[in-house]
Amino acid sequence: MHRVYFDNNATTPLLPEVFEAMRPYFLEKFGNASSIHQQGQHARSAVEQAREHVAELLNCRPAEIVFTSGGTEGDNLALFGLAKPGDHIITSAIEHHAVLNSCHRLGEMGCTVTYLPVDGRGLVDPDDVKRALRPETKLISIMFANNETGVLQAVNEIGKIAAEADIYFHTDAVQAAGKVPIDVKEIACDLLTISAHKFHGPQGTGALFVRKGTLLQPLAYGGRHERSRRAGTENLASIVGLGKAAEIARAGFTDGSVAQLAALRDRLETAVLESIEQVAVNGDGAARTPNTANISFDYIEGEAMVIALDLKGLSVSTGAACSSGAIEPSHVLTAMGLSADRARGSIRFSLGKQNTAEDVEFALDLIPQVVNRLREISPVYKKAAVSPQPSALS
Amino acid sequence: MPNSQTIAVAMSGGVDSSTVAAMLCQQGYPVVGLTLQLWNQRRLAGHNGMPESSHGRCCSIDDVYDARRVAETLGIPYYVVSQEKRFEQDVVRPFVAEYLSGRTPIPCSLCNNHLKFDQLLITARQIGADLLATGHYARNEFDEARGRWILKRPADRSKDQTYFLFGLTQEQLSRTLFPLGEMRKPDVREEAKRAGLRLFEKPDSQEICFIPGGDYKQFLDAYLEEQGEEIPDTAGELVTTTGEVIGKHAGIHNFTVGQRKGLGVATGSPLYVIEIRGDKRQVVVGSGEHLLSRTLRATRVNWVAIADLREPMRIQAKIRHRHEPASATIENSGNDAVTVTFNDPQRAITPGQAVVFYDGDVVVGGGWIS
Repeated sequence: MHRVYFDNNATTPLLPEVFEAMRPYFLEKFGNASSIHQQGQHARSAVEQAREHVAELLNCRPAEIVFTSGGTEGDNLALFGLAKPGDHIITSAIEHHAVLNSCHRLGEMGCTVTYLPVDGRGLVDPDDVKRALRPETKLISIMFANNETGVLQAVNEIGKIAAEADIYFHTDAVQAAGKVPIDVKEIACDLLTISAHKFHGPQGTGALFVRKGTLLQPLAYGGRHERSRRAGTENLASIVGLGKAAEIARAGFTDGSVAQLAALRDRLETAVLESIEQVAVNGDGAARTPNTANISFDYIEGEAMVIALDLKGLSVSTGAACSSGAIEPSHVLTAMGLSADRARGSIRFSLGKQNTAEDVEFALDLIPQVVNRLREISPVYKKAAVSPQPSALS
Repeated sequence: MPNSQTIAVAMSGGVDSSTVAAMLCQQGYPVVGLTLQLWNQRRLAGHNGMPESSHGRCCSIDDVYDARRVAETLGIPYYVVSQEKRFEQDVVRPFVAEYLSGRTPIPCSLCNNHLKFDQLLITARQIGADLLATGHYARNEFDEARGRWILKRPADRSKDQTYFLFGLTQEQLSRTLFPLGEMRKPDVREEAKRAGLRLFEKPDSQEICFIPGGDYKQFLDAYLEEQGEEIPDTAGELVTTTGEVIGKHAGIHNFTVGQRKGLGVATGSPLYVIEIRGDKRQVVVGSGEHLLSRTLRATRVNWVAIADLREPMRIQAKIRHRHEPASATIENSGNDAVTVTFNDPQRAITPGQAVVFYDGDVVVGGGWIS
């Protein structure tokens, strides 16, 4: 069966050139980067070269990069590394669960946490951040790009507020890396999380930018790896892969591949809006990542649509991959004011570097068929169709 | 000729439904595996009297894992469909309410009637499958003479599950396949082994899926605590069949009709719970012979083999899962209710349980003992 993969916010396929860069480090270049001998030195040099590539992607110093096992660890290290009982933390209602559940835990451990709301477009109001400041505020953690909608927060403004108040600012940039340019100097953040597999690198590796002078309590104790900020032998091959992916991602902003991604996403979105009734783009009106389209289909159960599309060869999701199978409608969409029904009828299409115009046409052929069939057998849709004044669900 | 009609298989992670999926694959059907996620087994962990972690059977992570492994082995698409909210509302809540009012409910019938088949058939249709196959031991077919879909007891009587399926509608029966209806359990295990399914020796589950240890009382306490609700005070009197008060009890939900242990009174001859009077908070006790009764009233009746009951009919009635159907006559008493009169008195007819009417192998219909 012909298959098209539009779930790149869940994970992206590894680029062949990234895999080729990693390959020797599984086999002949197997050293431990902490060893004194030649094998160790080769490994160390590969790790440091990767660190430079990642630093270039984020516009920071290599020494400010800490390699991690991915986005979740990066977020946990940032939050648990800084916050202590009694501290106040400001975050938002639409964070990824890696931040949200860390904040819940910190709340249990004696921190107080403010969860800022978002508007209908999914945006945090920077003035809300300012108003939430308290003398005991230690840290602001607001995401750069949302995983479900792609909506970009005003991180530069929030960073300015944090800097003026002399408070740490962390941003989860897992969904931004490789899709929009990131400059930690411009954002003025102290901590920033990225994950390799969201931009065509390997799963299980990522990085946390830690501004020089930011003292983090480590999560795990052991050797003095990563300047004592993250103990454990470096995941050599994966770090090399992360470095290569970062190098390619950085080039994407000038070689036209990011622009191409945006064009494909726009074509998908426009054509769905034109060809299907009672649909809406979530996060419309806000700046978004160029690859994500989150669309509500009224009278549709998102879960059924994901399965039906999967059986026809199109991979999409209902929202965050981890929330699939959970009963609750997306916390991101409900925070944006969507009704539970409309949130459940929302599908996330997220494109990647590998997608082509043909992929988009394949999806555009399939989506209306599936939507029509699901609506035909929906008792709610039939009722609405025969009523003199059809009303939207929300 | 290859079979082209897609069939959805309800997969629980057990041997029976796994074998159904394997058999349909062998017959060349495009098969899609579905598991309903109905209850989070860890949800009540640590609540009132519950252990910190609990190992459930149905819906546990292990069973979803097993079902997924089977789907991988067979190379079929597999999806978990979450219906936790609906399960709580349609099955758990009524179960709790029934128990608190002194009846002894059977959630499996409630689930089959109001959730499982309805939801799986909806999901099946949504994903383009007109038919649903399950691992139930039962048979169904279209009966030309009656002009109706009928439900029949399976070849393996020891595994008969028709008692839990009496609520199926004609539409549901017409779209459901029971491929194990003609098979015996050992043959099913053999088939599973032949299909390369590693779980062919997995033990059968006997319990109510959301109450893994089978301790209803413990579940009730933990669930109500989680909900922030108090167990209503239903403490009252223990009375004899002649109305004499012989003691007190701590709450009617601690009792079930036919119960002998835990009554808290000592007498020369064995005493049984004969009746629970929810409105008066009374538990009536008496000797074994008081448990015998010749009639019962069934409500919310669903007819399967007949369209309606116009005149009295001789049938065999089954009043609990492990009850051999007994000869009786059913008579329509209006409002979806029937009166059942047994030829011989039956022991411990229990309100809240289902009563299912059989004509030999054929399920005539069934209802709830009131």
